[in-house]
Amino acid sequence: MKRTTQLFACLSLMAVGLGTAQAEYALNLMKGVTKVSNDIYDLHMLILWICVFIGIAVFGVMFYSIYFHRKSRGHKAAQFHESTKVEIIWTIIPTVILIGMAIPATKTMLELDDTVEADMSIKVTGWQWKWEYEYLDDDIHFFSTLDEASNKARQLGSGIDPATVPHYLLNVDKPLVIPTRKKIRFLFTAADVLHSWWVPDLGWKKDTIPGFINEAWTSVEKPGTYRGQCAELCGKDHGFMPIVVIAMDQPDYDKWVQEQKVAAEAESSAAGREWSKDELISKGETVYANNCASCHMADGEGMPGTFPALAGSPVVTGELDNEVQLVLNGKGMMPAFGQMLNAVDFASVITYTRNALGNNVGDALQPSAVQSALANSQDDDEDDEG
Amino acid sequence: MSAVIAGHDEQHGHGPEKGILRWIVTTNHKDIGTLYLVTALAMFFVGGAMALVIRAELFEPGLQFVEPQFFNSMVTMHALVMVFGAVMPAFVGLANWMIPVMIGAPDMALPRMNNMSFWMLIAGLLMISSTLFMEGGAPAAGWTFYPPLVLQTGNALPFAVFAVHLLGISSIMGAINIIATIFNMRAPGMTLMKMPLFVWTWMITAFLLIAIMPVFAGAVTMLLTDRFFDTSFFDAAGGGDPVLYQHIFWFFGHPEVYVMILPTFGIASTIIPTFARKPLFGYTSMVYATASIAFLSFIVWSHHMFTVGMPVAGELYFMYATMLIAIPTGVKVFNWTATMWKGSMTFEAPMLFCIAFVVLFTMGGFTGLMMAIAPADFQYHDTYFIVAHFHYTLVPASIFILMAATYYWLPKWTGNMYDERLAKLHFWLSAVSVNILFFPQHFLGLAGMPRRIPDYAVQFADWNMISSIGAFIFGFSQLLFLYIVIKTIRGGTGEKVTAEVWEDARKHSLEWTLPSPLPYHTFSTPPTKIPTEHLGGH
Repeated sequence: MKRTTQLFACLSLMAVGLGTAQAEYALNLMKGVTKVSNDIYDLHMLILWICVFIGIAVFGVMFYSIYFHRKSRGHKAAQFHESTKVEIIWTIIPTVILIGMAIPATKTMLELDDTVEADMSIKVTGWQWKWEYEYLDDDIHFFSTLDEASNKARQLGSGIDPATVPHYLLNVDKPLVIPTRKKIRFLFTAADVLHSWWVPDLGWKKDTIPGFINEAWTSVEKPGTYRGQCAELCGKDHGFMPIVVIAMDQPDYDKWVQEQKVAAEAESSAAGREWSKDELISKGETVYANNCASCHMADGEGMPGTFPALAGSPVVTGELDNEVQLVLNGKGMMPAFGQMLNAVDFASVITYTRNALGNNVGDALQPSAVQSALANSQDDDEDDEG
Repeated sequence: MSAVIAGHDEQHGHGPEKGILRWIVTTNHKDIGTLYLVTALAMFFVGGAMALVIRAELFEPGLQFVEPQFFNSMVTMHALVMVFGAVMPAFVGLANWMIPVMIGAPDMALPRMNNMSFWMLIAGLLMISSTLFMEGGAPAAGWTFYPPLVLQTGNALPFAVFAVHLLGISSIMGAINIIATIFNMRAPGMTLMKMPLFVWTWMITAFLLIAIMPVFAGAVTMLLTDRFFDTSFFDAAGGGDPVLYQHIFWFFGHPEVYVMILPTFGIASTIIPTFARKPLFGYTSMVYATASIAFLSFIVWSHHMFTVGMPVAGELYFMYATMLIAIPTGVKVFNWTATMWKGSMTFEAPMLFCIAFVVLFTMGGFTGLMMAIAPADFQYHDTYFIVAHFHYTLVPASIFILMAATYYWLPKWTGNMYDERLAKLHFWLSAVSVNILFFPQHFLGLAGMPRRIPDYAVQFADWNMISSIGAFIFGFSQLLFLYIVIKTIRGGTGEKVTAEVWEDARKHSLEWTLPSPLPYHTFSTPPTKIPTEHLGGH
């Protein structure tokens, strides 16, 4: 209600031509934080003003005519109906204007295309519905999904006011971290369907296409957090796979890289130890929420006709090995999670599905038992790409 | 003159069939035109209801009404219904009604095929609508059907593919019929360069349709075999390429959007001179501009795909080629303005809709030019900016002109005058609300809101709410249009219109030389005098 009142207040302000000072009523393209994004902004403004100018001229003539050349004012119709001279003039003038636009546009286009001599490369893979980042020079590799708070609030009828969630739908569990003032080359591909990686502050978006590699580059001037979204319809959760890029100065970035390496070590040692069933189930609940619930639903009931229910499913309640193989390798629309989950997450989510969501099989899967299978599946994946 | 024409047709005693059978077996171009128009109007409300589901869900952030998958189905079906169910059939309906009487022909050249193409349209529309009730839901991958996503569609996929085939065959038959009619059935003296522009633009449109519908049918057939027969046209794992589909689709898709706008140009060029009481400015250049736009539409398709990762030479070529479209389009806008200049204008509902069309379509053209600039499109692409762009070129353009055409010709068809006061109310409600609906979407796109999302970050909330309010006003205003049309058919204001309806209209085009309402059969003998006012003759 308050929002509606605000809205009408704003509308009436605009009506008297005062416009609005509220930041939420953003009107224009952002300038962004790279040289290219600023060039694009300048191009955008140039063309916008040319259009505004032409619009004022053409509509000005038209409205003058509408006002003065009306029958009710007794204006008699002239009978002229063609003039080759005029037609030629209004063909040539737009052509000249277009050439004037094409020159700066071509320059920026060539600049955008220039991905050579990059300082580092990051491979970005689009998945339904998350992003995978691989730092090709540093052996850092992780997935980035919608943060938990947004994910809870965005469920139909969640009752949570999105305004209370910080960065609603534009926040992730693990952001992409990049150093400032370095030329970073991105390599884009996709695992399932088309996606498009777009951070407006960087000035561009690029489609990610299964089986193909696309390139783009950026060099961010100032440290900060920049947010974006998937821009190519990729299925039901297309609106829920945001992108967060944190640009850090080089020393901070180096520190972050170190932290990642330490975390990776800890993770592999965790997989080696014995886990209790309760530990696995409670860990599995989070893994399920982040990876499985978007299709099989939070309660495991699935979506009839598209995504099968896990509650009472013959696969989940049957042989352990069958379920492991299915989750490992995928089938049809089910992605191969062997490439996405580490051993602990994999074992815990399997254990969770077998002992929750209305199932009660009773067994548990140890991380150590799946480690070798996972290593194989991830190697296979790399062989395929080679 | 009018004595010669009036009454010469009825002697044959060929009235319409009695009862419902009249509408099923009819081969009369006027009956079939009516069937097309009624279908289009019905589908306009179906597609509009879907749009309102979309705008209701987007009224506030958070999901309130529908699941994301159903939202995507609504986005997809709204587009399919509006393009293939509303706009295209409406123009075919107008073509059926008006082309024979405008060129002095007794009927369409192929009347039985005319009937068949209408009923195939109905079959196609029923088939695509039936997917809404199928397991797995209606297609939800967007009207562009991009693979691999579209291959995840449930049971609906083959139905959607075969519906496209039916709609395509229907369109091709309609197009063949229009070309055959224009080439063979013109009255003596009605040379090509004397034809009204509506006829010209439809002829060019018909050629576009014949060229592109088979391409679309081929593309969706490849989807079908990829899904069911293990081919890999669009699957990289089997040596195919998902982007190949996009190239094929947009080779169809770009001319397709011109299929929806060229007849619009033709109608505007017909109505504006009548109410400016002046010949159309630059008839010849209008014909050439239309043909140039049609030609260019075949060589610019990849501007829908600037972000798929084309070689830079490709990006530059498609940018330059796309910018060229601004030239003939500009010529058209200048010609319409010059037609109004020093006219003696009156502002009945058809003229009001035409003026709104020229202004708002030009704004859609401007954003089109902005998106032609490839580097800038790296920001605009797949955002609400493009949603705003193409709705400006479709709603206040094609749809407004369809409204204008209805008000312009309905008195001719029925012999009754519509209620001008209500029609003006309808115009102002539509013209204001369409801008409340679509103008803020420019801002949303520039601020970074992607298209086809059911929920959005809170900074987009305010403009979305305004847009949704505009959508509901616009949607419900169209019920007024329905009321006006029904009221006119049932007798209107009670005022019987003259043969001419609009002042001096008979100088512009042949239909105004016939009695109102138009008799069931017209021009059984061809007219002897061809109006040339639109050429500046007398």
